[in-house]
Amino acid sequence: MKVKVIVTLKNGVLDPQGKAIQQTLNGMTFDNVSEVRQGKYFDIEINESDESKAKSQVEEMCKKLLANLVIEDYRIL
Amino acid sequence: MKSSVIIFPGSNCDRDMDVALKKFGFENQMVWHNDIEIPKSDLIVLPGGFSYGDYLRCGSIAGKSRIIKSVIDFANSGGLVLGICNGFQILTETSLLPGILQQNKYLNFICKNVFVKIKNKENKYFEKIKKDVLELHIAHNEGNYFCSNDELKSIEDNGQIAVTYCDNKGNDDEKNNPNGALKNIAGIFNKDKNILGMMPHPERMIDPFLSGEDGSLFFENLIESF
Repeated sequence: MKVKVIVTLKNGVLDPQGKAIQQTLNGMTFDNVSEVRQGKYFDIEINESDESKAKSQVEEMCKKLLANLVIEDYRIL
Repeated sequence: MKSSVIIFPGSNCDRDMDVALKKFGFENQMVWHNDIEIPKSDLIVLPGGFSYGDYLRCGSIAGKSRIIKSVIDFANSGGLVLGICNGFQILTETSLLPGILQQNKYLNFICKNVFVKIKNKENKYFEKIKKDVLELHIAHNEGNYFCSNDELKSIEDNGQIAVTYCDNKGNDDEKNNPNGALKNIAGIFNKDKNILGMMPHPERMIDPFLSGEDGSLFFENLIESF
């Protein structure tokens, strides 16, 4: 089955790329954009038919590799 | 004294480090990331570069490579482990050092000489260096040190800040912060001070034909500390 993961920076952690994207959007006439936070998206194909088992394995992956919990949060979709 | 430099795919300061270590008397050996065991060593160095193309996060993939378990075991048994630049990033990704190196505040790759202030000399890495301010080279895109407030308090209380960015007189204020690093942090120790990670490259400053020789002071002290 396929499991989707989104990794984002925690609130309060500086995101200079998001800031640069926001400023560019503002300069492109999208001047109502007040903040952009950039994150990462993973599509994980896992050979496991039990959804809860698959998701608990992906949770381990998030903690051990996909996200750095010092600055990032993860969401399993 | 025996040292080992670990080579990851994408390391590019491994040979400079090899030259520097040998110049100051270390019997150095190069160790491949896919090996399991590290030959007998007094010092392990994780060199600078772009291991695994900086994929995912800098140092994150190298932090899961086969050789890393031996590095962690060596570090946890009190062995000296030095991580320079990408090596520092790998040490934070393995949790041997607290915090993380984020992208530079102004999104620029910084390649220049900087001054760093030695904040703690009660350790083997800086013990007998007479100077308090060293001129070293930095070259990185992700050197912006960050950690939580609790972690910061803990590393300050334990004297774990090793070096901070400063001017030639040792003023380590925001004006002399090249990359946005918290408290101008350029390098930190673990609690026991046997592990050091730092962004500046001492191996690039060991010859008058390069841009300075303060890196020599670092290696001279290191070999004498054994």
